[in-house]
Amino acid sequence: MMEILANFFGAFLPEWLVTLLLILIKVMAIVIPLILLVAYATYAERKIIGFMQVRVGPNRVGFKGLLQPFADMFKLIFKEIIVPEKSNRFLFLIAPLLAMGPAFAAWAVIPFSDGLVLADVNAGLLFLLALTSLGIYGVIIAGWASNSKYAQLSAMRLGAQMVSYEIAMGFALVGVLMASGSLNLGDIVRAQSGSIFSWFVWPLFGLFVVYFIAGVAETNRAPFDVAEGESEIVAGFHVEYSGMAFSIFFLAEYANMWLISALTSLMFLGGWLSPFQGLDFLTNMPVLGLFFGDGVHWLLLKASFFMLLFFWFRATFPRYRYDQIMRLGWKILIPVTLVWIFAEGLAIALGWKPWL
Amino acid sequence: MIFEQIIFYLFSAVLVTAAVGMVTVRNPVYAALCLILSFFTSAALWLLLEAEFLGIVLVLVYVGAVMVLFLFVIMMLDLNIDPLKEGFAKYAPVGFLVAGVIAVEMIMVLRSAPFQIATPRAPAPENNTEALGAILYTNYVYPFEIAAVILVVAIIAAIVLTLRRRPDSRKQDISEQVQVKREDRVRLVKMKSETKEQA
Repeated sequence: MMEILANFFGAFLPEWLVTLLLILIKVMAIVIPLILLVAYATYAERKIIGFMQVRVGPNRVGFKGLLQPFADMFKLIFKEIIVPEKSNRFLFLIAPLLAMGPAFAAWAVIPFSDGLVLADVNAGLLFLLALTSLGIYGVIIAGWASNSKYAQLSAMRLGAQMVSYEIAMGFALVGVLMASGSLNLGDIVRAQSGSIFSWFVWPLFGLFVVYFIAGVAETNRAPFDVAEGESEIVAGFHVEYSGMAFSIFFLAEYANMWLISALTSLMFLGGWLSPFQGLDFLTNMPVLGLFFGDGVHWLLLKASFFMLLFFWFRATFPRYRYDQIMRLGWKILIPVTLVWIFAEGLAIALGWKPWL
Repeated sequence: MIFEQIIFYLFSAVLVTAAVGMVTVRNPVYAALCLILSFFTSAALWLLLEAEFLGIVLVLVYVGAVMVLFLFVIMMLDLNIDPLKEGFAKYAPVGFLVAGVIAVEMIMVLRSAPFQIATPRAPAPENNTEALGAILYTNYVYPFEIAAVILVVAIIAAIVLTLRRRPDSRKQDISEQVQVKREDRVRLVKMKSETKEQA
């Protein structure tokens, strides 16, 4: 497919332009489905939380409200973007982009299926850690450039929270790379092949839990959403934003949620690997075998499950107090990961690797 | 390859501009942001040199953590620039002297033997994260561990220096709060249901 395109463009364009064009096409092939996923995640969230709270949720636009995300989008597009007079105009306008860039760029190294990845980077895991730590700038700059006390407070809260939880997150990933022996995400998934019992979630269960909790905190979702804290600081860093500028923050938040969900499934639940691996009578069936076999649909299903958890948390848990968040991050999650990594290192040194 | 060259010149231009901006810009927040941009672009240049580990770690550590805290502090302070610029003429000679000494030192270091490599770009190992790890944990394991110990000492020292007991602070003891049981807070009382006659 890519070769056909390369030959087609190569006929009348210089080589470097063809390279650039092919990369752009691949990027679009990831970004457009991702934006659709984000749009329907907002719909799913409202429906699911509505169900949990015995409400109906959006049901007016389209069949069962299925066109609601588009209605929201058009509404936001046509709203005026108001730039506060005393704000720092340049930084104010560039902040949403800084929030969105890393959230989308991280998808470059996500393997959707065996070999189906935009950039098969050796140090993919490090790349992801670096990019997720960049997302914080959008928020901090938005908070400062708004020239508003609430926005500033929220940026400070979020900055401290993200820097703290990044450590627990990084340590949880160290456990994964010790078990897989590779920083390449494709290799990490391949190291989990065999059966459902060779997934890393079993030997690394503690790290799995820590990673997901840290992920919820990193994406600034309930119960860790002190940066938004409607009841205390209005809406946090995006109080002053309206219209499209606000919706880009929204987009970044949901893209990050999908990213954390996809990463959790890649690193602990075998990514695109089917849970029915090794059960040949299922995977060899004529048509259903396609479903029971490995494929991108498993990654999507697993990631959707974690998205459900995100919504479920939001409907269930009250918001953490700020000092409780700090305590959870530094005094509970980080020690747990340290002990787990030590035990894992011991197990590997003693040659207990086969349990992986 | 021409595509790589275009990217290289693009990033170099951004890097030089950001570095110059960092020292010339008046607003300290802008200066910090320029520094972040130059870290980021130099990381990209390292990636072009196939030193992916160094490049990514530069972003992860400096851009992702250190500079966040820097920005934090700068944004919290209400910096008044004018008093900082007082006495510029008085301190300028000292400044130029220090800059000159540093420049001479850097030139001397860069002309020393370890930097005189015949080819500008050594063939990078296939997976340089692994290669660096192998070297760090075999040939340089003691220096590496000593550096780690020094860092731990520094962390503990920083905590000890800033830790002070404040009797007036109304800090909540979270572990006590978390360990609260129902019996401590709720008392269940058994009593007969009231009847109409009693009321």
